[in-house]
Amino acid sequence: MAVISLNNITKVYTVGPEEIRALNGVDLQVEKNEYVAVMGTSGSGKSTLMNILGCLDRPTNGTYELDGKLISTMGAAALAQVRNERIGFVFQSFELMPRLNALKNVELPLIYSKDGWWRRRARAKQALDTVGLADRVKHRPNQLSGGQKQRVAIARALVARPAILLADEPTGNLDSATSEEILALFDELYRTGQTIIMVTHEADVARHARRIIRMKDGKIVSDLPSDRDAALSAPLPPRPQVPMAEQAPSSGERGPAWA
Amino acid sequence: MGVIRLPFVMLVLVYQSIVLALGQIWANKVRSTLTTIGIVIGIASVTAVVAVLTGLRSNVLSEFESFGTNKIFIFPDWRGARRANIPWQRIMFRPEHFDGLVEHCPSVAHLTRMNGLGGNNPVSYAGRIEPNPEIWGIEPSWHKIENRDVIMGRQFSLIDNEHARPVCIINTKTQEKLGLPKDPIGETIIVSKARYLVVGVIESKAQSSMFGENRTGVEVYLPFRTVRQNRPWGGMHVIAASKSPDVSEEAQAEIKFFLRKKRGIKPGEADTFGVEAVQQFVDQFRKISATVTMAATGVVGISLLVGGVGIMNIMLVSVSERTREIGLRKAVGARPSAILLQFLVEAIMLCFLGGLLGVLGGQGLTSAVAQIPDAHLEKAHIPGWALAMSFGFAGAVGLIFGMFPAIKAARLDPIEALRHE
Repeated sequence: MAVISLNNITKVYTVGPEEIRALNGVDLQVEKNEYVAVMGTSGSGKSTLMNILGCLDRPTNGTYELDGKLISTMGAAALAQVRNERIGFVFQSFELMPRLNALKNVELPLIYSKDGWWRRRARAKQALDTVGLADRVKHRPNQLSGGQKQRVAIARALVARPAILLADEPTGNLDSATSEEILALFDELYRTGQTIIMVTHEADVARHARRIIRMKDGKIVSDLPSDRDAALSAPLPPRPQVPMAEQAPSSGERGPAWA
Repeated sequence: MGVIRLPFVMLVLVYQSIVLALGQIWANKVRSTLTTIGIVIGIASVTAVVAVLTGLRSNVLSEFESFGTNKIFIFPDWRGARRANIPWQRIMFRPEHFDGLVEHCPSVAHLTRMNGLGGNNPVSYAGRIEPNPEIWGIEPSWHKIENRDVIMGRQFSLIDNEHARPVCIINTKTQEKLGLPKDPIGETIIVSKARYLVVGVIESKAQSSMFGENRTGVEVYLPFRTVRQNRPWGGMHVIAASKSPDVSEEAQAEIKFFLRKKRGIKPGEADTFGVEAVQQFVDQFRKISATVTMAATGVVGISLLVGGVGIMNIMLVSVSERTREIGLRKAVGARPSAILLQFLVEAIMLCFLGGLLGVLGGQGLTSAVAQIPDAHLEKAHIPGWALAMSFGFAGAVGLIFGMFPAIKAARLDPIEALRHE
């Protein structure tokens, strides 16, 4: 059975008198233990899709089932619980708490979990071990390198044993060598059975996935299995033909617009 | 299962919030302390004012007590009787009206029947006459009510009264005026043509214009039944003492109830007697102290309000500073209620900190004030209820003024919050 099942998802933002269709009829099935990359330009709707997949936002129309549970009609508290138990987030800018050490940062999701709270320390240690930072538990974020910070963030995403790992530009703030390390870690997690969905605009990054979804104007325009070489040579979506200043205000994009 | 675990989950959440809040306060030590200054000042002033009032009150009350704040006068109401045309027989007190009163009135400690001699009755010794003495027939419990020291000899005993013995107790003034020897015990004086043996000498009261007593200061006391034997129809009144000044009201009510029953006054009929306590001064003082407490509470209320606004302000700053943190917490699964609780607990903890510092400050002020000479404030102390009230108020301020920032935090959209710079 599919872990994720999106059915004709629409998301409409109303900005003043205007309606912006960020998502316009998206259908998507993701099976267990898939490794999916979502690509697209700024304004293509990939961030909105990510937010809906991550239960941070609800679709205007359409249904979303995660692990067989209907998400699209849930309230804020129920969504919080779903995020807590089934989704692990990895962000571009790590989002670690500066005053907490690595272990405490990783424990964070478990303090909001009914079952995880009692074993949070052991599970956090285990998660840090998985990402290869067992010797850095007492370090604070400012004592860690960028790659190590992202590893801590990945450990935090994994600690509640989520159904899906959602990564939003996970290598956007890292140099290329460190990026490769992180991607190798994702590969490793994928091999051990983790379902991963990753948003990126870098083809180099996307080719690590086994399936690449391209988005444009709120729709999925291509959904191809990536034999990696084909993905590399696939034509990139054309750049928007408007000057930078006139582009729609970026919705949720961080880091360099791709160039 | 879920029902059983729910309280645990709540407890864990509260514990978690307290730990987080303490960490946050500790991380911003200076800011937190400065923020709470409004609360500190408010609580310090309220505890100090209450402490001073408490000291003053116990001082004044104990001063009143030396006059007898627990004393209650019971007398036949002749004036009211004349208005209501009640025959004098029904107004007059009989000694037996008061039998069993102490047993039936739990707030009454003692009671003494009092009988004057009536008219001018000189007292004389060896030819020296004192024409205008105060002469009273009293029961032995009088000593317990009046608390007047017996300097020589003894108090009246029950036997003196029961047997109506011809004995008397005089005060030092009488001893001096009549020219009695240094040790007058065993001497005989003549009161209203009869001879009485002096068995005791009591101290003379300091002349007190306050209660209009002791016109000449010459006092002679005889056993109640001794007087009664000679004047069986004489006018009598009664002095009772409540167990403490605080239960004086109850004691008066109990006495009225008892006497109405004993004297057969039907419901709806007016009392044929009066019951009054030396209490107007106490009442007046209590009113003043209540007014001062109210005024102080008002001032403190304002400073707590100001302090509360300070707390709200800093909490809003905190929410805005930690928007990304809130976004992250929400993303990893914190419910809105958990975020609400976290910020609410932080505000309450800040206020408790203020309350703690305030109480310490108040204690400091109180000890300082207690040192002032001649201010009679050495008894000033912060009573327990004031401590509880201080922390209660501080917590309430935190709850009220922390609510808005906490709701703001709880309502943040996680996507927006994570995008916040």
